[in-house]
Amino acid sequence: MTAPMSNRTGRARRARVVEGVMKVVTGACVAMVIGAALFVLGKIIVAGLPGISLEFLFSKPGMGMRAGGIFPVIMGTLMLVTLTGVLVLPLGVMAGIYLSEYAPKNLMTRIVRLSIANMAGVPSIVYGLFGLAVFVLLMQIGKSLLASALTLTCLTLPVIITTTEEALRQIPADLRQAALALGATRWRAISKVVLPAAAPGIVTGSILGLSRAAGETAPILVTGAAFFLPKLPDSVTSQYMSLPYHLYVLATQVPNVPPEITWGTAFVLVVGVSIVSMFAAAWRSAQRKKVKW
Amino acid sequence: MTVTPTTKAGRHLGRATRRRAAEAVVRTLVYAAGLLSIVILAAIAIFLFVEARKAINEVGLGTMLTATSWFPTGTPKIFGFLPLIAGSLSVTAVALVVFVPIGIGSAIFISEFSAGWFKEAMKSVIEFMAAVPSVVYGFLGVAVLIPWVKATFNLTSGMTALTGGLVLGIMSLPTVISISEDALHAVPDALRQGSLALGNTRWQTVYKVVVPSASSGIFAGVMLGLGRAIGETMAVLMLTGNAAIIPTSVLESVRTMTGTIAAEMGEVVFGGLHYSVLFAVGLVLFGITFAINLAADLVLERQRKRWRR
Amino acid sequence: MSAVLEKAVMDVPFGSLEQVRSSASSVEAVSGSFALVDVSVAYGSEMVIEGVNMLVPSRAVTALIGPSGCGKSTLLRCLNRMNDEIGGVRVGGTITLDGLDIYQKGVDPVDLRTRVGQVFQRPNPFPMSIYDNVAFGPRTQGLRKREELDEIIESSLRDAALWEEVKNHLKKHAFELSGGQQQRLCIARALATKPEVLLMDEPASALDPISTQQIEDTIAELKNLVTIVIVTHNMQQAARISDQTAFMLRESMDQPAHLVEVGDTKRMFTNPEDKRTESYITGRFG
Ligand SMILES: Nc1ncnc2c1ncn2[C@@H]1O[C@H](COP(=O)(O)OP(=O)(O)OP(=O)(O)O)[C@@H](O)[C@H]1O
Ligand SMILES: [Mg+2]
Repeated sequence: MTAPMSNRTGRARRARVVEGVMKVVTGACVAMVIGAALFVLGKIIVAGLPGISLEFLFSKPGMGMRAGGIFPVIMGTLMLVTLTGVLVLPLGVMAGIYLSEYAPKNLMTRIVRLSIANMAGVPSIVYGLFGLAVFVLLMQIGKSLLASALTLTCLTLPVIITTTEEALRQIPADLRQAALALGATRWRAISKVVLPAAAPGIVTGSILGLSRAAGETAPILVTGAAFFLPKLPDSVTSQYMSLPYHLYVLATQVPNVPPEITWGTAFVLVVGVSIVSMFAAAWRSAQRKKVKW
Repeated sequence: MTVTPTTKAGRHLGRATRRRAAEAVVRTLVYAAGLLSIVILAAIAIFLFVEARKAINEVGLGTMLTATSWFPTGTPKIFGFLPLIAGSLSVTAVALVVFVPIGIGSAIFISEFSAGWFKEAMKSVIEFMAAVPSVVYGFLGVAVLIPWVKATFNLTSGMTALTGGLVLGIMSLPTVISISEDALHAVPDALRQGSLALGNTRWQTVYKVVVPSASSGIFAGVMLGLGRAIGETMAVLMLTGNAAIIPTSVLESVRTMTGTIAAEMGEVVFGGLHYSVLFAVGLVLFGITFAINLAADLVLERQRKRWRR
Repeated sequence: MSAVLEKAVMDVPFGSLEQVRSSASSVEAVSGSFALVDVSVAYGSEMVIEGVNMLVPSRAVTALIGPSGCGKSTLLRCLNRMNDEIGGVRVGGTITLDGLDIYQKGVDPVDLRTRVGQVFQRPNPFPMSIYDNVAFGPRTQGLRKREELDEIIESSLRDAALWEEVKNHLKKHAFELSGGQQQRLCIARALATKPEVLLMDEPASALDPISTQQIEDTIAELKNLVTIVIVTHNMQQAARISDQTAFMLRESMDQPAHLVEVGDTKRMFTNPEDKRTESYITGRFG
């Protein structure tokens, strides 16, 4: 009787050792991920912060971009993102409403879902090609803010749709029924009850999606971002400067850029995008805790 | 209590033509928006094809897919995609080596071995990593990794497939981790408890029960990470050196499909042959990522059905 | 007991189809009475209710009782056509509201629902202020004038016995009310469209005993105002608050449910005609 017993405890001990080892191994994976994230954040802050000043944020680049600030670059990105938001939000929210509130359970709806998921996986440079062929050349908008915004609209659309649908699904069916039972049409029930209730989720998701769009480089590279422009764009059909493209230019196309300018640009881009994302995410989880259905 | 008399006057049933018309308009708009994604996806495929037609006619699909060199501006011009495809594959292979073990390992640790607060904290970390624009990863690679690779492997240039692949691997981690973690999280606790009750350790439970149950979701996460890596542009453009030669090792410079489009589209004559060839490259890229994403979606959908109560 | 109810229950004994029919085509003097003739409901291809004939008298409380899954909620939803909002539901037979066939062509369910209100099992106020909750129905019908809205909101809240508790906090978010208060708010919200009928699907089942008592008191008052059809699992509640009781039963899952017995509540609870009613009421099954 003792032999099998000790055998068994031996196996159990081995299993416990293996478990300990695997915890360490998988823990090391997480540590690497955290390390990478901290490195990115730390390096950008440490190297970028010294370059940040009001002067840097609010003046034009000078001396072939080797001096001065990035004001038109920041403004270009803000304009591009705003225009993209104006275009993509109505479309994306409506499509989200379709999926959550109107879509029948049939093959067509499955195809719609598949194409949304697939759109999210199309490489951003391919959106760039599409935008170039359709918006810049075919529709003759030319390389411009508008052409880039339309391109980013296509790219961001799946994010906005998915976000909206998810937010709407959080709203209990009871609420829709109550509105309908009061003699509201479907659209009134959605627009006056369901949509306002889902607004926090939709807004944050959209901000997250748009802040990602702000960091896209490849699609705007071929649809309108300018290497250098001495002034701000004066209409939606002008070209513009933008943060991610400017960073690319400084890092690879212009020799002898003082490092604090390049790192400062990276700092503004990363901190801008991630601060906006973090606030949006924090606000959403606060809202979720506040309203329990 | 006030008894409010109800009059039937003004309450004719069915007098709602205008309201119904408005409802119909809204419905039409909403349906149209719903179908937009199909339209855009189809339009992408169609326009890539339309713009690539000149290349297909003049160079030929067979030549493009089999020629082994890429000299778009030389005489004679040679448009062989093989170096580009090889470049994309080599970079992606390196990325895969990075993100598969680290991604799945992290997902397992986060889902199975960590407390709630840690999970929440990791969500923020992953959110941050996903939010950092790819051009920033590229720039960090230029500033840090290129010199490191150059010094470590004693090369003349640090711009290699390895450099691009390492950065791509890191960039794909958020996708892989979040989807795998979701898949692990979706495995019902009853299965874990059943296994623990049989005397299995937590780790035995993980690899005998949880991971197999979540395998399709993990697979989908890897596929989507792969799709992201193949389609990524800026980082590889900045890090791989862009030599259009079929590489023999990951320590050589490579030129990917995405990098080629981004680098050369600025210099072509719109509507010309080179322009059209770049669209053909885009078409190949689109085809590859489409297949990968479709596979991942189908797998994910099957998994969702599986755990639906 | 009202005269109409007397007529309905006494003169139209259960099973006399002819008389239900004739009553179905005559417009009642007092509004808010339903007549159901041979009503059946199917979800897709599954028939769940069949052959229901009954009158719902005006200004009285009709209780629908029966074991879980026998189709009480389904039948209730036929009366305001909420079943239309679920895909694949087919309703057969005839249902008339004051002589008007509510399933006939040209009847807009949206309009019907302003006449037939509903209160749900779980309190489901909208995520907005108390005032806006009650104002939702009137605003849907195009009412914008502040004084008129104020008036309707006060009278609806009074009718739902909530006015005294909330009159100084009308701007407060509805979620800050207790469960029982929320449910009375939902009743007020339904009353604000001035319905003739109020459908209630187990309105007190999610509430504590005191709130339940308050809801029951409210119902007793409300029946002077509207016709009430209430689904309940609580036999005592049905006996306490209803004038007429209808007992539904689905004898097996491959068979649709049907109406076993309908009649005056006192009689049903003291002297049921059907053995199955008796055993259900005394708690032998369901
Ligand atoms: N949306 C639906 N689709 C398909 N079948 C349904 C649907 N809703 C209800 N049913 C079926 O119809 C039958 C009656 O359901 P219903 O909800 O009306 O019963 P009930 O008497 O209200 O039960 P309970 O007392 O539990 O609320 C049940 O067998 C149920 O499974
Ligand atoms: Mg029910």
